[in-house]
Amino acid sequence: MFRSRTSALAPALALALAALSVQGQDTKKEIEKYQKMIADSSPVELYELQGEALWKKKQGPKGASLEACDLGRGPGVVKGAYARLPRYFPDTDRVMDLEARLLHCMTSLQGRTREEATKRVFGDDDNPSEMEYLSAYVAGESRGVAVSPGTRHPKEKASYELGRTLFFYRAGAWDFSCASCHGEEGKRIRMQELPVLSTPAGARAVVATWPAYRVSNSQFKTMQWRINDCYRQMRMPEPNFVSDATIAVNMFLVATGKGEPYRGPGTKR
Amino acid sequence: MHTTLTITLGLAAAAATPLTCAEPSDQQTLGVLQRDFHARGQATMDRVVQDGLQRICTLSGDQPPAEVAKALEADQMRTIVFPSGSLMGEWKRGEAIAQSGRGSMWNDQTGAAAGGSCYNCHQLSPQEQSHGTLAPSLLGFGNKRGNGPQVQQYVYGKIYNAKAYNLCSQMPRLGHAGTLTEQQIKDLVALLLDPASPVNK
Ligand code: HEC
Ligand code: HEC
Repeated sequence: MFRSRTSALAPALALALAALSVQGQDTKKEIEKYQKMIADSSPVELYELQGEALWKKKQGPKGASLEACDLGRGPGVVKGAYARLPRYFPDTDRVMDLEARLLHCMTSLQGRTREEATKRVFGDDDNPSEMEYLSAYVAGESRGVAVSPGTRHPKEKASYELGRTLFFYRAGAWDFSCASCHGEEGKRIRMQELPVLSTPAGARAVVATWPAYRVSNSQFKTMQWRINDCYRQMRMPEPNFVSDATIAVNMFLVATGKGEPYRGPGTKR
Repeated sequence: MHTTLTITLGLAAAAATPLTCAEPSDQQTLGVLQRDFHARGQATMDRVVQDGLQRICTLSGDQPPAEVAKALEADQMRTIVFPSGSLMGEWKRGEAIAQSGRGSMWNDQTGAAAGGSCYNCHQLSPQEQSHGTLAPSLLGFGNKRGNGPQVQQYVYGKIYNAKAYNLCSQMPRLGHAGTLTEQQIKDLVALLLDPASPVNK
C-alpha cells in the first residue's frame, strides 16, 4: 500500500520539483502550492504509517519489536514522548535524543549490534532509512504537545551548555560556526532562508517541525541528518551519529525553541 | 605569534567568568569534538582545532577589541601571497568559479577544482537572481570602485584572506584555506573589476 501510494504521488512531485527548479524566486509560492496539493495525501503520513509498522515488526536476534521501548514516558508509551526529548535517561546515564534512544532500543530490546543497526542511518533517493520511518512515526505521536526537553538534571544542563558552546564555535577550513549562517535575521544562502536558531522566535518554528519531509529531494529527514549536513557545509569533519556533541547541539536548539506545540513532521523546501 | 598568545589568554580569562557552572571549558569542548567527530575525505580532524583567529572571534562573539583586531589583521595580511604582474584573469572563468559551491567539504573529491561559493552569499551579476544575502551585494563593484592596481590588490587580498581586512568576517579565507588557486582568484578579480564582466554591465 505504501509503495503504490508513493508512486501515485510521483508525477505530482516531479511537477512540483520542476517548477521549483525553474525560478528560485518563486520557490516560496511553489512550496505553498505544493503543500496544498499534498494536503490530502501527505507523504509524511505515509512515513508515519511505515514507521508504525516497523515499530511493531519483530526484528533482530531476539525477534522482538520496539513496542516495549522506553522513550522517556515508560516502556511502550509513544504518545507525547518525542516532544519531551532530548532528556536524561538513568538506564544509560546519558542525555539522549530520539535517534539515540531508538538505537538503544534496537540493541537492547532486539539484540542487534550497533554496527548493524547503524549501517544506514541516513537514507537516499532509492531507499529511506529505518531511522527516518521510525522518527516520522514517533514524532507524529507528539502533535499538539508542547516541546519541553529535559532541563533539570545536571547532565541535561551540561548538554545544553555544550550545545550552546558548539553553536558559536568557529572552526574548520572556512571558519564557520552555526551562527555564521543562522545568526542574523532575514539572511539567505542562495534562495534558502536561514532561520536564526539561537533565539526563541527563530528556533520555535524549527523544532516544532523536525523531523521533516524535504520536497527538494523527496526524502524524509531526521534532525541528526540536518545537523550532519550543516557540519558538511561548514567544511568540518563528520560528527558521529548520536554522539554527545550532536545531541548537545540538538538540545540547545530544542531548549531554545521550547514551549511551542509540536506540529510536525513538517514539510521543507 | 607572541601577541596572539597573550591576547588569547586575556580574552579567555574574561570569558571564564562563570555564566552557569555547567559551561564547558575550552579543553572540554575540544575533547568532545575530538571524540565525537571523525575525519572523512579531505575534512581531516585538524579542522576541529581552532586557530588563534577562530578562537578570538569565538571568545569575543565576533567583536574583538579594536587594538586586538588590528594586530591580528596585520598577522593575517602577512599570509597573503600576492603574485607579481597583473591580477586580472578572465571574468568568464571567474563567473563559473563564483557559481560553484563545491570545495573543501567531505564529499568533494580531493584535488578537484573548487568553487568560491560567492553567489551563496553575494549578489554579483544581475542575470543570476538566485543569490544569497548573507553578504553585501557586489553588483557594479568595478564601476563603483574602479579597477586600478590598488583595487585589484584589495580584491585579490580580500578573496585570498578576507580576515586580513575584517578580522571576524563571515567570509571564508579562500586562498589561505587552500580552496582556491592563484589563477582562480585572478579570474574572480576580473569578474568583479573587468568592465566587460556582467557585474559591471
Ligand atoms: C554555511 C552555511 C550554514 C552553516 C554554517 C550551518 N547551516 Fe544550518 N542550514 C543552512 C542552510 C542553507 C539551510 C537550509 C537548507 C534547506 O533549505 O534545505 C540550513 C538549515 C538548517 C536547519 C533547518 C531549518 C528549518 O527551517 O527547518 C537547522 C535546524 C540547521 N540548519 C541547524 C544548523 C546547525 C546546528 C549548524 C551548526 C552545527 C548549522 N545549521 C550550520 C546553512 C548552514
Ligand atoms: C559565507 C559567506 C561569504 C562567501 C562564501 C563569500 N563572501 Fe565575500 N563577503 C562576505 C561578507 C559577510 C562580507 C562583508 C564583510 C567583510 O567585508 O568582511 C564580504 C565582503 C566581500 C568583499 C568586500 C566588499 C567591499 O565592499 O569592500 C568582496 C570583494 C567579496 N566579499 C568578494 C567575494 C568573492 C569574490 C567571493 C567568492 C570567491 C566571496 N566574497 C565569498 C561573505 C562571503
